Amino acid sequence: MIRTMMPIKRGGWTGRASFATFVALMLLGCHPDMWNQPRFGPHQKNDFFNNQSAARDRVPNTVPYSGKRRPWRADTFAANTGRKTVPPVTKQAFYTGRNADGGFLADNYFKVDAGLVARGRERFAINCVHCHGMLGDGNGIITKRGFPKAATYHIDRLREVEDGYIVDVIRNGFGRMYSQASKVAPEDRWAIAAYIRALQLSQNADITDPDAPLSKEVARHLAEQQADTAAAATHDEANNHAH
Amino acid sequence: MAQVFRPGADILVRLMVVGGGIAAGAAALMGWVVYSSPVLTQVDINRAQPVPFSHQRHVGGNAIDCRFCHTSVEESPFAGIPPTETCMTCHSQVLPDAPLLQPVRESWKTGKPIVWTRLNDLPDFVYFDHSVHIAKGVGCTTCHGAIDEMPLTRKVETLHMSWCLNCHRAPEKFLRPKDRIFDVDWEPPANQVEQGKRLVEEYGVTVGQLTNCSVCHR
Repeated sequence: MIRTMMPIKRGGWTGRASFATFVALMLLGCHPDMWNQPRFGPHQKNDFFNNQSAARDRVPNTVPYSGKRRPWRADTFAANTGRKTVPPVTKQAFYTGRNADGGFLADNYFKVDAGLVARGRERFAINCVHCHGMLGDGNGIITKRGFPKAATYHIDRLREVEDGYIVDVIRNGFGRMYSQASKVAPEDRWAIAAYIRALQLSQNADITDPDAPLSKEVARHLAEQQADTAAAATHDEANNHAH
Repeated sequence: MAQVFRPGADILVRLMVVGGGIAAGAAALMGWVVYSSPVLTQVDINRAQPVPFSHQRHVGGNAIDCRFCHTSVEESPFAGIPPTETCMTCHSQVLPDAPLLQPVRESWKTGKPIVWTRLNDLPDFVYFDHSVHIAKGVGCTTCHGAIDEMPLTRKVETLHMSWCLNCHRAPEKFLRPKDRIFDVDWEPPANQVEQGKRLVEEYGVTVGQLTNCSVCHR
């Protein structure tokens, strides 16, 4: 095709020039515009702004719009009818843990079920255990790294606080604890609050109370253990006498 | 008319044909070696960072979950680099005066983010989403390697298209159970392919469609 349109004398200067132009044109296609397109990705640098970050900080006192609902919370979201909390729960309480009158929400914003507690347990293990420990007793790994011991959840003051208070502490921090708001999404704060309640229950159960959950099973287990120990002791004694 | 070529020219031609073939092959091989070498892929090369952050210390030593810092990995394309606040949660108390952490304190004071050097950078014409990989059973270490053993973070895979296709063609070789995604100690079991096929089924991975162009180039 090219030959019929543009007769080129091989080895002539026109041929060489044409070839050079062709190569130059081909190389023009090799610039990295497609690799690095003129747009800003997450966390990219932008000198236009004072802090050089293309991603902008959230405007204070606003919440991000997101159409995305996480599946785990679909059934629990706003399922807060018939709760003992008065006045009625507001949307604001979901974010702040506080009701319209400024007091903390006594209950969890969500309906507390196994799903919520399981989610709370998962998020607790990700975000909280390093300071508060798996049991919530403050024996996290940081105590081995020169960090002062975190608060234990198993004290009367924290057993008696409202769920909204726990959410408020996660959101705003407390003492040496920084705000966890950038890490823990609002719905996860409520899930963690539910799990902390479960932890508190687990570490403060009275097995002698016949109405306590699992008390019969625990009592039976302990009795079995005692019987085993006793049997082992008699066995040892018998052996000792034999020698 | 005199002969243009001497009889010996035949040998020359044969040499040129064979030699040309060898030369072309060698050039192609050379190109491939350079293309897939760390010179171009940056694999296993430690690059200078403002702070010599150690995943070995934080993940291996302190057993911190990936999602403590990379918070958006489960629900967004980008895994997320933590804000300075996350560092300062501990480092206001642990090593509060260490000279190595000066850039962190500086950033905390001024509000200017720390500028890290990116290691795994896909071309902009590739669409990649962390969240879908997490949701469908691709673990962190499958692509990022033994991160808990890296005193300085490095890239471990080439990110070449052929590498992506290894898994997009046969995901059953790589997928894990959902509760092991963030487990840095996970090793494929002996029956990986068998288990992987089950997981492909369970997660609803449409293997045939994974190699469609528009899956990654959209």
